[in-house]
Amino acid sequence: MATDMKHYKSNSMLYLDGVSVSFDGFKALNSLSFVVEPGELRAIIGPNGAGKTTMMDIITGKTRPDSGDVFFNGVIDLTKKDEADIAQLGIGRKFQKPTVFESHTVWDNLELALDRKRTVFGTLFYQLSGEDRDRIEDILETVRLTARKDDFAANLSHGQKQWLEIGMLLAQDPKLLLVDEPVAGMTDAETAETAILLRKIAETRSVVVVEHDMGFIRDLGVKVTCLAEGSVLAEGSIDFVSNDPAVIENYLGR
Amino acid sequence: MISAFLFRAMDRKIVVAIAILVAVGIFIPVSSVFLPESSPLHVPTYIMQLFGKYLTYALLALALDLVWGFCGILSLGHAAFFALGGYAMGMYLMRQIGTRGVYGDPVLPDFMVFLNWKELPWFWYGFDMFWFAMIMVLLVPGLLAFVFGWFAFRSRVNGVYLSIITQAMTYALLLAFFRNDMGFGGNNGLTDFKDIMGYSVQADGTRGILFMLSAFMLALALLFSSAVVRSKYGKVLVGVRDAESRTRFLGYRVERIKLFIFTVSAMMAGIAGALYVPQVGIINPGEFAPANSIEVVIWTAVGGRGTLIGPIIGAILVNGGKSIFTAAWPDYWLFALGALFVGSTLFLPKGIVGTVQEFLAKRKEKSAAKAEQVAEDEAATAGEAA
Amino acid sequence: MKRPSFFPLLSWCKPMLKAIQLFLVAVSLAVAFVATDLRAQDATPEMINELALGSYDQTEETIKKLAATGDTAIVPALEALSEGDLYVRKADGQVFIVKKSGKNYKLTDPLSGEVAGEEPTRNFEKIKVKNSLRRQIRSVVGGLTLQAKDASTRLAAANTIIKTPDEDAIDALNAAIEKEQNANVLAALEQARAASIIISSRAPEEKVEAITRIKNMGGREALSLLLGFQGQADESLKPQIDAAIESINSDLAMWDAAQNIWYGISLGSVLLLAAIGLAITFGVMGIINMAHGEMVMLGAYSTYVVQEIIRNSAPHLFDWSLAIALPIAFVVSGAVGLVIERLVIRFLYGRPLETLLATWGISLILQQAVRTIFGPTNKEVGNPSWMSGAFELGGLTITWNRMWIVVFTIGVFFALLALLKRSPIGLQMRAVTQNRRMASSMGIRTPWVDAATFALGSGIAGIAGVALSQIDNVSPNLGQGYIIDSFMVVVFGGVGNLWGTLVGALSLGVLNKFLEPYAGAVLGKIIVLVLIILFIQKRPRGLFALKGRAVES
Repeated sequence: MATDMKHYKSNSMLYLDGVSVSFDGFKALNSLSFVVEPGELRAIIGPNGAGKTTMMDIITGKTRPDSGDVFFNGVIDLTKKDEADIAQLGIGRKFQKPTVFESHTVWDNLELALDRKRTVFGTLFYQLSGEDRDRIEDILETVRLTARKDDFAANLSHGQKQWLEIGMLLAQDPKLLLVDEPVAGMTDAETAETAILLRKIAETRSVVVVEHDMGFIRDLGVKVTCLAEGSVLAEGSIDFVSNDPAVIENYLGR
Repeated sequence: MISAFLFRAMDRKIVVAIAILVAVGIFIPVSSVFLPESSPLHVPTYIMQLFGKYLTYALLALALDLVWGFCGILSLGHAAFFALGGYAMGMYLMRQIGTRGVYGDPVLPDFMVFLNWKELPWFWYGFDMFWFAMIMVLLVPGLLAFVFGWFAFRSRVNGVYLSIITQAMTYALLLAFFRNDMGFGGNNGLTDFKDIMGYSVQADGTRGILFMLSAFMLALALLFSSAVVRSKYGKVLVGVRDAESRTRFLGYRVERIKLFIFTVSAMMAGIAGALYVPQVGIINPGEFAPANSIEVVIWTAVGGRGTLIGPIIGAILVNGGKSIFTAAWPDYWLFALGALFVGSTLFLPKGIVGTVQEFLAKRKEKSAAKAEQVAEDEAATAGEAA
Repeated sequence: MKRPSFFPLLSWCKPMLKAIQLFLVAVSLAVAFVATDLRAQDATPEMINELALGSYDQTEETIKKLAATGDTAIVPALEALSEGDLYVRKADGQVFIVKKSGKNYKLTDPLSGEVAGEEPTRNFEKIKVKNSLRRQIRSVVGGLTLQAKDASTRLAAANTIIKTPDEDAIDALNAAIEKEQNANVLAALEQARAASIIISSRAPEEKVEAITRIKNMGGREALSLLLGFQGQADESLKPQIDAAIESINSDLAMWDAAQNIWYGISLGSVLLLAAIGLAITFGVMGIINMAHGEMVMLGAYSTYVVQEIIRNSAPHLFDWSLAIALPIAFVVSGAVGLVIERLVIRFLYGRPLETLLATWGISLILQQAVRTIFGPTNKEVGNPSWMSGAFELGGLTITWNRMWIVVFTIGVFFALLALLKRSPIGLQMRAVTQNRRMASSMGIRTPWVDAATFALGSGIAGIAGVALSQIDNVSPNLGQGYIIDSFMVVVFGGVGNLWGTLVGALSLGVLNKFLEPYAGAVLGKIIVLVLIILFIQKRPRGLFALKGRAVES
């Protein structure tokens, strides 16, 4: 499989090959390999402990793999970089639990996420330009938080926090977005809207979504990768994957 | 750029606070030095001295608040930076004694003659010059904080662990400065100062100037801190405090963000120490005691961490309380201080200023909601009428 | 005039326990007592006075006669004669030891050693002495003290010869060795003889054997002896001496290292004892308990109170005081811990930095409370008999109190480990710390487990206080001295891991003691602190850190 995959590397957005990592003997990832192409929206499913979050930790530089290759844009070795580097390269990450700056206003959250100089002095002397203002207002519009822009993020509802976080990722203007369980705790209506939002986002960039909600995955209607015990169990359309006997055994249940 | 940076600092509360500090900084020394003692407006010298000390404590608390209140780094070693600044100033003052020491050596301070040292250690060079000492006041604490922070933040030593190793740092310095062969006067520290820039440290006029400088420096620090926390960098700081990994995943180098504020804060603490020493007339290793650093934390907590005015109010209130308490019921001060620690964490987690702010914000919200309700009602009545 | 000094009885004896030693001392005393009766006669003043009679030959005879009495009382007189301090009063031929005082001599009776007034110098005449007489005197004095009644005197005499070997003493030594029955003294005598032989003009074979004997004796004295000979001995003996020196040196280095390790273990066990309660409150519960040191202090004060009561009402129980204090200290500190948990800490779970501030406040209150009740000064806590003194193990000197503290610490450690791993409450504690919500939904009353865990940690601190009262000053500041070290140990060892605390404490203890000889105590401690700070950079979660996702979230 590894030799097959080299061929994909050069024109991939994200490329993982034979990635393994273990914690105190527990193999969280076991020779995981998969490729995300530019502009692709990919859904990842899998039971708890399948290694989904660990995979994201490795892509974003939080965890170093014991072995294996992780390349961004076909050329950039992500295992040599740290979180800030990787974020600045253009990989955004949404956490499982919505993580926003609760004691900042919605506006400030987006301003902080904006893709501008992130050095100490760059931020110290930063002044909001008209262009930046427009960007933020655009994003507010997209994630439907315009009315709440001056409220503290702490006062948002759970679903709104999820959306704010997605908005922050947009402000970051990433080439690749990693989204961990975006619809957890959302109402059905919110879930459907989130699917639309993600599809819209994926028009201009690659997106990887980890989700448990099969209805939501179906709404997305994209290629699905099922992970189990740290490696890929099946890959393909939602119907193909959900009929795979191994997937049923490991994840969906009979 | 700089002017915009400073302009942003000019929040109404900050302007008022700075104005008060400047006014106090002018009025108290003038009344103390120039008004006759019979005048009702006369401030006795010892009161001015006491409050001068409090002002330096307030500066120290403000410095700690920048790292703790805004960035979530609970340093239990800030008194070390304060003491280092104090020692730098103390060394200048020692060199100014000249031949007036007990042993009359023109170069060596008394304690070195006593230890039978023949020449000045290299690290005492240059401290006869005021400008050099002032650079050291900033540089030594700043450098220590930079090196310490560089290692600690790069390897992501966080929360409690960081607190514990900052405590270890100040403890190690405490032990080191107690040693005679460190060359800083050992147990007794540096004292018996005579002159500062040619003026007697004992003179009322000098004391007045020192008080004024303390007030002005605090005002300046307040202005600077306000500019910092109101900038985008300040928002990043709060981001680091509340959701460090989010900040990291947004592409900020958290270790550099922390390192900058930690170093700046250490320098502010150094300035506070340098102003403190000539006013109290002594600096000794006791200033490095871990307990001192923890006490600074409580000043900040009582006043309100994460606010700029809070630590100043906290430092003055707690130390004022301490002065009154230790004079009236010396045996009970530790009970009071202990209760203050417990009480403020349990019942006043936001501190005085934080709690007041919260109260005001709630009231404002309520009145806004009421106004909205009224407007809606009116609209409804208007609709019905139509 | 150099008097034989009393060397520590224990400094170079063969490995043996204190009890055996006491027994031997008793035996040698008994032997000495019997030996008294065998002596011919006591020396009389008349015999001393004969020293003043005429020629050197006569003096020599008198000395022989005096020596034959075997009475050690003549030693001061003979030594004074050798030094030229023995004078005769012209008027009545009475002999005195004199000391010049202005124009007078201060007189001392040569036998009794009593002061006998002061008289003008002109009334006296010095008793003449020459080198051959001096040699004779030295040998007689050596022989006499070597066979003195008191075993410690004999030992001291032998030791003097070991320090300043003397060919003339060999015969006396031989005589003494024949009669000697005390094993300790016998060993010393043999070594004294060996030392004397080496510097003597005897046959090389005899000297080689003597060198071996000294080499076997080992220790610093043997080393300095051999180093002394190195310069004076014949060329032919040099290789043997050098080899012996090297062997002793390497032995000494080994014992030094062993002694350092022991000191390190001893310090480490003190650290462990202080930190082990913290390993529970901090390591398991995540509470930064700055009042931990005060729990230790309360344990120490409990010991003090127990001892005071025993002293006043049941002194015969004193040796049991620590055993009685242990449960009491556990209960006192545990109860205080329980109250603190219920009143303060339970509101602060999940906010470690807040617990730090609140418990610091509590520590100030406890310190001041103890100061108010018991006063600010150090309290006297006595060592029971079984905790005082020391014993020798090879080249090691081990004090009993340190020994017992090490043993006690190990006991506490394993008891705690067993409690956590094997008992139902331990299981509940681990369950609550791992997953509070799951534990509570399984019917575990988490608030009570929290309280019990905190009380346990505090109680163990109290127990530590009982032990530390034996080696530290019991004062209101007792706890302050341990708190930073304890945190260092727990952080260094790795939070949430008792074994980490054990390894952390012992390695920090040993490291500290190995640095001390090079850097001094204070600098050594500073270096250790700096090393820990650097270590935390490398491994922010300590020596035995848990890894993985769960830890960080």
